[in-house]
Amino acid sequence: MATVADTHDTHHEHGPAKGWLRWVTTTNHKDIGTLYLTFAFVMFIVGGAMALIIRAELFEPGLQFVDPHFFNQMTTLHALIMVFGAVMPAFAGFANWMIPMMIGAPDMALPRLNNWSFWLLPFAAALLVATLFMEGGAAASGWTLYPPLVLQTGDALPFTIFTVHILGMSSILAAINIIVTIFNMRAPGMTMMRMPMFCWTWLVTAFLLILVMPVFAGAVTMLLTDKFFDTSFFNPAGGGDPVLYQHLFWFFGHPEVYIIILPAFGIISAVIPTFSRKKLFGHNSMVYATCVIAFLSFIVWAHHQFTVGMPVPAELYFMYATMLIAVPTGVKVFNWLATMWKGSMTFETPMLNALGFLVLFVLGGFTGIMMSQAPADFQYHDSYFIVAHFHYVLVGGAVFGIFAGLFYWLPKWTGVMYDEKLGKLHFWLSFISMNVLFMPQHFVGLAGMPRRIPDYAVQFTEFNALSSVGAFIFGVTQLLLGYIVWKAIRGEGEKVDGEVWEGAKDHGLEWNLASPPPYHHSFEGIEIKERD
Amino acid sequence: MSSASGSYYIPHQAKWPIFGSIGLFLMLGGFAAKLIGVGAGGFFMVLGALTIVGMMFGWFGEVINEGISGIYDAQAERSFRWGMIWFIASEVMFFAAFFGSLFYVRMYAVPWLGGEGTTGVGEYTGQFLWPDFAPAWPTNGPAHVGGEFEPMGAWGIPALNTLILLTSGATVTWAHWGLLKDNRPQLIKGLIATIALGFLFVSLQAYEYYHAYTELGLTLGAGIYGSTFFMLTGFHGMHVTIGAIFLTVVLLRALRGHFDSQHHFAFEAAAWYWHFVDVVWLGLFIFVYWL
Repeated sequence: MATVADTHDTHHEHGPAKGWLRWVTTTNHKDIGTLYLTFAFVMFIVGGAMALIIRAELFEPGLQFVDPHFFNQMTTLHALIMVFGAVMPAFAGFANWMIPMMIGAPDMALPRLNNWSFWLLPFAAALLVATLFMEGGAAASGWTLYPPLVLQTGDALPFTIFTVHILGMSSILAAINIIVTIFNMRAPGMTMMRMPMFCWTWLVTAFLLILVMPVFAGAVTMLLTDKFFDTSFFNPAGGGDPVLYQHLFWFFGHPEVYIIILPAFGIISAVIPTFSRKKLFGHNSMVYATCVIAFLSFIVWAHHQFTVGMPVPAELYFMYATMLIAVPTGVKVFNWLATMWKGSMTFETPMLNALGFLVLFVLGGFTGIMMSQAPADFQYHDSYFIVAHFHYVLVGGAVFGIFAGLFYWLPKWTGVMYDEKLGKLHFWLSFISMNVLFMPQHFVGLAGMPRRIPDYAVQFTEFNALSSVGAFIFGVTQLLLGYIVWKAIRGEGEKVDGEVWEGAKDHGLEWNLASPPPYHHSFEGIEIKERD
Repeated sequence: MSSASGSYYIPHQAKWPIFGSIGLFLMLGGFAAKLIGVGAGGFFMVLGALTIVGMMFGWFGEVINEGISGIYDAQAERSFRWGMIWFIASEVMFFAAFFGSLFYVRMYAVPWLGGEGTTGVGEYTGQFLWPDFAPAWPTNGPAHVGGEFEPMGAWGIPALNTLILLTSGATVTWAHWGLLKDNRPQLIKGLIATIALGFLFVSLQAYEYYHAYTELGLTLGAGIYGSTFFMLTGFHGMHVTIGAIFLTVVLLRALRGHFDSQHHFAFEAAAWYWHFVDVVWLGLFIFVYWL
C-alpha cells in the first residue's frame, strides 16, 4: 500500500487549481461550499426582487404595476426560487464547508458527486428563469403546482416540471453524499452521539430528502403525462383525482419544511452554546427530538388540505398528529433557553441572529399550532395569515438561521473578522423590517384578505402599505449583507486565530484548524474529547 | 485518526460532472421543447442523451481505472456501498409515489366518484356530472376515457415474467457465490444467465404492450387503469433495462478479470439494483396484475 500513501502525500501539497475552471471541476468541499453559498445569495436576491414586485403591487389597492397573470407568476417563482434556489443551497453550502471539519474528515465522502450536486443547480435555475420569457409566461399556479390549474400553463409547463426533476436530483445526490460522509468518514472517537447538532440535523435532513424528493418527482411526472401523454391521474373523468396530486405534493411538501428548518436548528445549536460559554443543554434529547420531528413530518401532510374535502376521521387524525410536533419542537426551544440560563452571554452578530431566530421561529410555530386545528383552519386557509405564518418560520427561522451561521463561521472561512458594527446594523435592520413586513399580514389575513391576489379590499390598505415598506427595507438591507461578506472575503478586517470565538474549541473540531483552514486540512494530532 | 482517513482518496479535479449537467440540461430542455412543438427539440434531446452516455463512459471509466490501480482503500469502498444503498432507497420512494397513487385511486378516488362515503357531507360534484357511475376496478372513469378496453390478465405473460425475474434473482446470487469463491466461470455463467433472463423479461413486456395496444384497447390513455398500469410497468421495465445494461457492463468487466473475491463493488451494486427491480416487480404482479 506504499503507493497509496505516496499519492496521499502529494495531494496535501496541492492548493486550488488555477483559473476559472477551478470552480467548474473542483472536488474540494470548501470550494463547493463557497459555490453553493454564492449561488444561494444570487438566488436570494433574484427571488427577493420578485417579492418586491409583489409588495410594490400590493402597496395600495387596485392594479398598479403588473397584470394579475404576471403577479401570479411572481408568487410562484418567488417561492420556488427561495425554497430550492436560496435556502436549500445555502444550507448545503454550510454542510459542505462544515460537516467534514466537524467530524474530522478530510473531505466529503464522494467528492466528484459533490461537484455534480452543485453544478446541476445553475442549469435548473436557468431553465426555471427562462420560463418567464416563454409563450404564456411562467407557471402561475403557486409553488405547489396544483392541477388542474397548473395544466393551464403555456409553453413553460414541461420546462418547469423538468426543473423540478433536476433540482430533485441535485438534492438527492447531495443528501446521499452527506449521509455517506457522516456514516463513513467520522474520525475515530467521533461517535454518533458526540457529533455536533449541526451534523445530526443535516443527517436527518438528508434522509428526509432521499425519501421525499422522489415522490415530488413522481408527482410532477404525472402532471407531465396528464398534459402530454393522455394519462388521467388527476382527471376525474378518467377515474383520477386532482386531490391525489395534493396528497403526493404534501407528502413531499411537509417534510420539505423540515428540510428547510432542521439545518437551521443545527446552526442555532452551535451558536447559542458558544456565546453562552456553556455546553449545549440536553444534546442527546436534541438528537432524539430531531428524529421525532422527522418521523412526525411524514404523517401529518394532509393538514395542508383540511378544506379540500376529507373524511372527518382523517381530519381529526391529521389535526392531532400535527399538534404532536409541538412537543419535540418545544424540547428544542427549552433546551436552547436552558443553554443560555446562567451563561456568560455576549451578543455578537451571530448570537443576535440566533436570538432573533428564537423569537421569530417561536412566533411562527405558535401560529402553526393555531392552524393545526382543523375547524379553525377553515378560517385561516389561503388567507394572508398563512403567508405570515410560513414567512415567520422561513425568514425568521431558516433565513435568520443562515445569517447566524454565516456570521459565526465567516471568520473561520476568511481568516478575518467581519465588520461587527455593520453586522449588528444588518441584524437590527433585518429584524425590525422583517417584523414590519410580516406582522401586519397576520392581521389582514385574519380579517379575510386572501393570499396570491394582486388587488384587495380598501380596508386592508394601511397594513399592506406598512408591509410593503418593511419589505423594501428588508430587501435593501440584504445588499448590506453582501457588502459585509465581500469585505471579509477581500480580507479587510482584523486577522483572527483558529479559535475565533472565546472558548470555541470546546464547541467543535472546526475551531482547532487555522482560520482560514488549509485547502486540504488534516486533523493529525487533534484529540477528540469526551462529551460530558 | 490518521490511519482511517489519511489514505482516503480525494480526486483533484473532476471534468465529467459538468458534462452530466450540460447533457441533462440539453436532454430535458430538448424534450420540453419537443413537447411544446419546437422542431429542434428532438435534436437537442438526442444530443443531450449522447452527452450523458459519454459522461458515464468517461466518469465510470475513470473510477474503474482508479479502482484497478488499487487507489481505493476499504473505507472508500464502503462509501461507494453506502452511496448505492441510499440511491436505491430514493428509487424505492419514486416507485412508492406511483404505488401510492394506485392505492389512493382504488381505495378512495374511484369509490368516491361513485358516491361512496358521502354520508353527512352531501353529494360530491362527480355525482352531478356522472350520476350513473358505478365504481369498480379496473375502470377508465365515469367518462370512459380512451374507450372500451380489457384489463391485462395476471396468469399469462405476467406470471411467466414473475418466474423469469425470480429465477434471475437466483442466478445473480449464484454468480455472486462464484465470485466469492474466486470461481470466474461460475461468475460469468451466472451473469450471462441473469442478463439473458433480464432481456427476455423486457422482450415479453414489449410483446405484452403490443398485445395491449393492438388487441385489448388498453393504452396509456385508457383512464386511470391505463395510466397506473403503463406508468408503473413502464418505469419498472425501464429500470429492468438499466439493470440489465448495468449487469452487462459488469459481465464485460468480469471477462477482463476486474473482480476478485475481495474487490467487486460494481458487481454488488448491480446485484442490489437487480434485486430491487425484482422486488418492485413482485409488488406490481400482486397489485397491478393480480388483485
